[in-house]
Amino acid sequence: MSVDAHREAASGGLWSRMSLGRKQVIWAWGFLAVPLLFYAVIRFWPTFQAFYLSATDWSLMRPAAFVGLENYKRLFADPLFWQVFRNTFMYLILGTPISLLISFVVAYYLDRVRFMHSFIRALYFLPFLTTAAAMAWVWRWFYQPVPIGVINDILSSFGIPQQPFLRSTSQALPAVLAPAVWAGLGFQIIIFLAGLRAIPVTYYEAARIDGLSEGAILRRITIPLLKPTLVFLVVFSSIGFLRIFDQVYNINTNDPGGPLNSTKPLVLMIYQTAFSSYEMGYAAAQTVVLFLILLVISLVQLRLMRDR
Amino acid sequence: MPRIRPGRIVAWTLLFIGGVIMVTPLLFMLSTSLKDASQVYDLRVIPEAPTLDNYIEILSDGRFTRWFVNSMIVAVVVTLSNVFFDSLVGYTLAKFRFRGRYFVFIAILSTLMIPTEMLVLPWYLMASQFGWLDSYWGIMFPGMMTAFGTFLMKQFFEGVPDDFLEAARIDGLNEFTIWWKIAMPLVTPALSALAIFTFLGNWTAFFWPLIVTTSADLYTLPVGLSSFAVEQSIQWEKIMTGASIATLPTLIIFLFLQRYIVRGVMLAGLKG
Repeated sequence: MSVDAHREAASGGLWSRMSLGRKQVIWAWGFLAVPLLFYAVIRFWPTFQAFYLSATDWSLMRPAAFVGLENYKRLFADPLFWQVFRNTFMYLILGTPISLLISFVVAYYLDRVRFMHSFIRALYFLPFLTTAAAMAWVWRWFYQPVPIGVINDILSSFGIPQQPFLRSTSQALPAVLAPAVWAGLGFQIIIFLAGLRAIPVTYYEAARIDGLSEGAILRRITIPLLKPTLVFLVVFSSIGFLRIFDQVYNINTNDPGGPLNSTKPLVLMIYQTAFSSYEMGYAAAQTVVLFLILLVISLVQLRLMRDR
Repeated sequence: MPRIRPGRIVAWTLLFIGGVIMVTPLLFMLSTSLKDASQVYDLRVIPEAPTLDNYIEILSDGRFTRWFVNSMIVAVVVTLSNVFFDSLVGYTLAKFRFRGRYFVFIAILSTLMIPTEMLVLPWYLMASQFGWLDSYWGIMFPGMMTAFGTFLMKQFFEGVPDDFLEAARIDGLNEFTIWWKIAMPLVTPALSALAIFTFLGNWTAFFWPLIVTTSADLYTLPVGLSSFAVEQSIQWEKIMTGASIATLPTLIIFLFLQRYIVRGVMLAGLKG
């Protein structure tokens, strides 16, 4: 007992003799211990493992063997990959400009509206809070032929012929994209509104005194000063469209990515390669390609931000 | 009182119509969930004879209630974990001076560059080796901490004056108490933004739960919804009821917390 008490006193003494700075360091690493373990095991280790797996023929059936760049060679020779690649960029090329244009126009005018401002803002924002899996069903229902589908009902009441939407290889991709754009608008509008608020009113007042027209103010003051917001939203929404999955998978659960792979994005190909064909090594190579694409986009962002 | 110009009225009207178009899918979803099978093809938004039968049938089935509870458990636990750990790490990186601080910050921040899709296969392997497939922990473990949340909290803790913390130190409080009792209450707007984002993200999460769960007992609502409809040979009114159940909680939360949520999105967008 006396030994225990002695030891306790000694350690207590050690702690109390320590300088404040030393104590701070010990507290800091104490706070970081569990999080650092988490980041090492759940983030860093899997990152390296993904690169390694992409160079193996690992499947759930047999042990992994090192195959070098075989998976990448196979991927770049796979016509499905190039179709998926094209689809993924179609989501990006259509989705980003359309959604940014709509959300900017809405935010620009909403910013000047006082009457029922927060109610109207709420109407635009609500779709952002929905679950893609649930909304895909609503849109799928809208796209059905007469008499179920709402859109075709409206078209036929105007005498416009029926549209196949999800059943057509050319219309399916825009039809899948529409709910994704719809759900994302609210977020972009809020960010644009925040960006517009951040522009000092004095700039506008000065411009009006100088006799600039509204159009000139928009071009010379608002848009240049919104550049950081714009760059953020372009990158954020581009990454979102490049990683599109939930909307595509759920709008056609019988044949995800169909008809004839015309709506299949890269993430869906990864999912099917890994969890339908169980070709884990091949799927890992696809995830590395996705990573490289996203990396390039992020580097372009850093570049654009620096030029500011 | 500013003069009301005709241009303003036109702009307001167009904005309003656009807003109504935005919520139309939600209105149709809710209205169809209140119709019986014979009324589904009747496209009036206000149902002729509204009924809660679909809700009673779906909720008494049991599976949906189960998925709802699963989603709630996962979203709440992950949110609490993020609020605790992200702010602890953010605080440590903002307020402590020690060698390696910058390195730790950069290391955590660099994980933002890695897309989830790339980590999913190793996580799956890890989960199957440790027997985490088909468990709550399996659904939750990848999201227990995020670099985004850590970064957000660090930004806010940097705005907390050091004098406050020094005063507490002189009063003899230990560092953990200083963080929890003194610093945390000063950053509640950021904490609520982080909590709202994490909850929403996990409530709507689909990709990882789809991969890690195989038995219907452990599905979250989005995964359940996507499996549910396949076997139901498309009864639209039932599916819309399920979709409504998945959507209503976030819409209701929004109605009560609109100001905080909008401010949270702005904070996260500008600082993140």
